[in-house]
Amino acid sequence: MNAEDIRLLIDTLAERVIAASDELTALDQAIGDGDHGINMKRGFEAVRVEGPAMAASGLPAALHKLGMTLVMKVGGASGPLYGTLFMALAKAMPPDPDRAAVAGALSSAIAAVKARGKSDVGQKTLLDVLEPVQRALADGADAQGLRAAAREAANATIPLKATRGRASFLGERSVGHMDPGARSSEIMVGAILDALEQRT
Amino acid sequence: MTSSNVGIVIVSHSKDVARGAAEMVRQMVGPEVPLAHCGGDPGGGLGTSVESIMAAIAEAWSDKGVAVLVDLGGAETNSEMAVELLPAAQRDRVVICNAPIVEGAVMAATESSAGSSLGAVRSTAEELYAGSMVR
Repeated sequence: MNAEDIRLLIDTLAERVIAASDELTALDQAIGDGDHGINMKRGFEAVRVEGPAMAASGLPAALHKLGMTLVMKVGGASGPLYGTLFMALAKAMPPDPDRAAVAGALSSAIAAVKARGKSDVGQKTLLDVLEPVQRALADGADAQGLRAAAREAANATIPLKATRGRASFLGERSVGHMDPGARSSEIMVGAILDALEQRT
Repeated sequence: MTSSNVGIVIVSHSKDVARGAAEMVRQMVGPEVPLAHCGGDPGGGLGTSVESIMAAIAEAWSDKGVAVLVDLGGAETNSEMAVELLPAAQRDRVVICNAPIVEGAVMAATESSAGSSLGAVRSTAEELYAGSMVR
């Protein structure tokens, strides 16, 4: 993947997450501590600034730097969780990945996020979006199929009861709200697909 | 310079809670224990910062190790991340205690001031959850 495409990928990711800041914060106010949008915005503003330098270093190194920036700048638990996701992707990602390579890298990155959060699918977290998307990717879904998988998976967190993170303090009261981390993951999946489709 | 006592690091979402807990440790345990605290996210709001946690661990560093006390979930996740980013030689000498932040910090520091090992400091703090005091 060349520097221009990586730049587009990073910029699109940053732009979409920053634009969704208010929505993510509103979701987090319902079941968390109300800072997910603010935290993610701070993280991705830093990513945007460093974007050109990241893009110049090749895909694996760019993903690593993106992850490290999120770890350092986000602040909430989502910093280390998303940071770990991108740093683990970096470890497993070849410079020019095909579908199978991305699916494989995402699979090992999901395992790293599970370990970092001591969490698993079904606990109303970002994992509830990442895992179905990984499965759809491995099964050969096209961009529309992947967007639909992410959308459905984020919606499917609404009836779940949170058992990890701040929302778990609410117990039954966490039911009926979409998980903010699931939504931010859905937004990132959409941003990545859009950037890949815009490639020249 | 490194102390002969285990260092204590207090990580809270709130700068004020972290500072207050550290003040209690200082007053109750005295100056013999390396102590550092941090609170607040990288933007200064409520939350925690991996960078600040790494700096606090460096500040309270002791060759006998460092025990970290945290409050809510994100403080623990960020502290685990900070520990992983330490040089390999330090990583194995930092533990995150499963203990209430204020009581845990005071108990851990008291144990440390007696010259105890990192393992003993950690168990003393963690006994608070095993006992009836909390939970």
